Amino acid sequence: MLNSKNGGRPLAAAAVASVLTVTAAACGSGGTGDGTAATASASASAAAEKVTITVQTFGSGENFGYDSAVEAWNKSHPNIQIKYDNLAGNFESEYLPQVNQWLEAGSGAGDIIGIDESGMGQMAARPQHFVDLAQYGLDSRKADFPEWKWNTGLNKDGKLFALGTDVGGMAMCYRSDLFKKAGLPTDREEVAKLWPDWDSYLKVGQQLKSKLPKTSFVDGPVTIFNTLMVQEAGKAGNLTFFDKEQNLVIESNPAVKTAFDFTKKLSEAGLSAKLAAWTDEWAAGQKNGAFATMACPSWMLGVISGNAGEENAGKWDVAAVPGGAGNWGGSWLAVTSQSKHPKEAAEVLNYLTSKEGQLHAFKEAGGVPSTLTGQQDPVVADAVNEYFSKAPSGKIFAESTQSVSPIFFGEKHTQVRAAVEQVLLGADQGSVKWGEAWAKFVAEGQMAAG
Amino acid sequence: MSLDVDAGRARLRPVPPGPHRHRQSSTRHLLSWLDMRATPYLFVSPYFLLFALFGLFPLIFTLWVSLHDWQLAGEREFVGLENYTQLLADTKFWNSVLNTVGIFVLATVPQLLIALLLANALNKRLRGRLVLRLSVLIPLVTSVVAVGVIFTQLYARDYGLVNWLLGAFGVEPIHWQNQKWSSWIAIATMVDWRWTGYNAIIYLAGMQTISKDIYEAASIDGATPRRQFWTITVPLLKPTIIFTVIVSTIGGFTLFAEPVIFGGGGMTGGTVGQFQTVAMFIVKEAFRDFDYGYAAAAAWILFLLILVAALVNYAITRGLGRSR
Repeated sequence: MLNSKNGGRPLAAAAVASVLTVTAAACGSGGTGDGTAATASASASAAAEKVTITVQTFGSGENFGYDSAVEAWNKSHPNIQIKYDNLAGNFESEYLPQVNQWLEAGSGAGDIIGIDESGMGQMAARPQHFVDLAQYGLDSRKADFPEWKWNTGLNKDGKLFALGTDVGGMAMCYRSDLFKKAGLPTDREEVAKLWPDWDSYLKVGQQLKSKLPKTSFVDGPVTIFNTLMVQEAGKAGNLTFFDKEQNLVIESNPAVKTAFDFTKKLSEAGLSAKLAAWTDEWAAGQKNGAFATMACPSWMLGVISGNAGEENAGKWDVAAVPGGAGNWGGSWLAVTSQSKHPKEAAEVLNYLTSKEGQLHAFKEAGGVPSTLTGQQDPVVADAVNEYFSKAPSGKIFAESTQSVSPIFFGEKHTQVRAAVEQVLLGADQGSVKWGEAWAKFVAEGQMAAG
Repeated sequence: MSLDVDAGRARLRPVPPGPHRHRQSSTRHLLSWLDMRATPYLFVSPYFLLFALFGLFPLIFTLWVSLHDWQLAGEREFVGLENYTQLLADTKFWNSVLNTVGIFVLATVPQLLIALLLANALNKRLRGRLVLRLSVLIPLVTSVVAVGVIFTQLYARDYGLVNWLLGAFGVEPIHWQNQKWSSWIAIATMVDWRWTGYNAIIYLAGMQTISKDIYEAASIDGATPRRQFWTITVPLLKPTIIFTVIVSTIGGFTLFAEPVIFGGGGMTGGTVGQFQTVAMFIVKEAFRDFDYGYAAAAAWILFLLILVAALVNYAITRGLGRSR
């Protein structure tokens, strides 16, 4: 999620750090055990020697928000220390390639790695790289999670390899100052009433455009397309690009076509700022008010406030998303089979995905807990976001995740998604004609899946 | 330790007389023969050892990988030449070859011409010559990432300096990433900014080996400076020019960092691959689509393409000045 210029250095640092950790752990297990034995009584865990568990994640800004959770754990568990590395900003183009190289090489990956939902299909197809969590008793956690969140963590052999962290509840972020200039209501309840469905959202866009011709209504085609596609997937057997037998259904799945058609309509109405997500210009657009609305999963709030900066505090607000519930993003944690201490790693994973760990993360980064009790906790339910005009973000996002359904991700979901997003962007920016875009969209998807 | 002590003692011992003497001279003979024959190999061996480790092994391993359907961190299966036949029919691969060649020509031709003229100017008697000569090298020591980031900001659609300047002349803002021609120009300027000075310094070094007498004789015969440049400097500089052309070919065909940064970090090179180079294609196949075998095959084809391009360019530059 970060641009590449910032991505390189943390990556290299993390690579060095993980090597150091492995060495440190190896020294620890071979060296003196007496020094640590005295303090072991303070810990509830039964580790005889001091081990360090490396947790690797991705994301820009506050990302997984594990700083306070890790600090709390490290204080109470002197024998199992967590080393937390946020490796890279962008999941698909930076983090996933790096992790795959480590998995291929057989070393370098952390004890625990974070996986974005779009990479879950690929990881589930590679059971050899992950530890079976049921072996360490984590199958007892089933009742804590919504069924879909739990099922996505099962690999192709039906074994539990990952547990959920947050869920990407969906909302619509908007610039209330621009809405005011355009003579639209600014209160988030009234704004939500303006767009019960996507067609009325489009009409609001046209109203805004007629008053403020220089301001676009949405950032670009990609965020809207993904939001709509996962919403529509609920009506289409919970499929997006692949069916459950790993066949590409991009051409026949109505969820994909509906999302495509709406994106096209929005673009042809001239409402898009034609920006590619995660670029510098996209970030500059958030700062300069180049566009008035942007679909935002819960973790996106941190991205927007980081990009738009303090001078825009209070100009952004959050309202309900058109079309009701939605789910974009959300992540899982898995223990790699490279881990020298899988038992301790499973313990740490259990903690980070527990209600307690998730509440730490919510307070720090705003990711809505995936555990049912975590979502109902007052910390989440009563949360307001200062930056976003004190919006009751916890309530908005928790509501939007309640009726979401389990979306199935094919093994090559990330590849297909990256390929078709480029077609949407190209059509929006003019390098592809909208008339030819659908055929190209399908063809690119097929090529990426092939 | 004990070995050292023995060796020390041996050195102190006086030279024994008789038959021993003969034996030692034959060892000495052997040693000096070894010294003559083996030492040069010993001196060049670090390069070849390192080359074997970091050059030859990856090359052969890549060939091995390219014969497989090899998913990164996933399954692998021997498929023979299938990756190659697929690649030769892949329009996206050829698009990336076209982009690479296009950007190469767009960047290298003006770059070498400007470098030649710049070197010629720096070869004259100027005040502060050293400072001027050093300053053309400054772009080279800046980080390629910094160059990429700054140029990308200059060429930004909404808030970029270039569009702002064009706007002052009433030109509509150009979305530089969006078209082949505009993205190629933008990337070529990044490459030129960085490498022109480097080539100029190499040309300058070449020019200084040309004897002044030739120029003096030419002046006496009434040849203008321009005529001297084309009929003396350029032909005599030909070996240097051939060197820079070949180095630029290798650099141009493996162009990677500038277009990646220009495209915001992605490997697709714009929405429809407007500026995806072969190197980007390889990285995308290997590390975004995790198709390791396919990427390895593409890497081998790139290797062959560079060989061909270097030979073609060598043939072209060798003919340089012949018609004059």
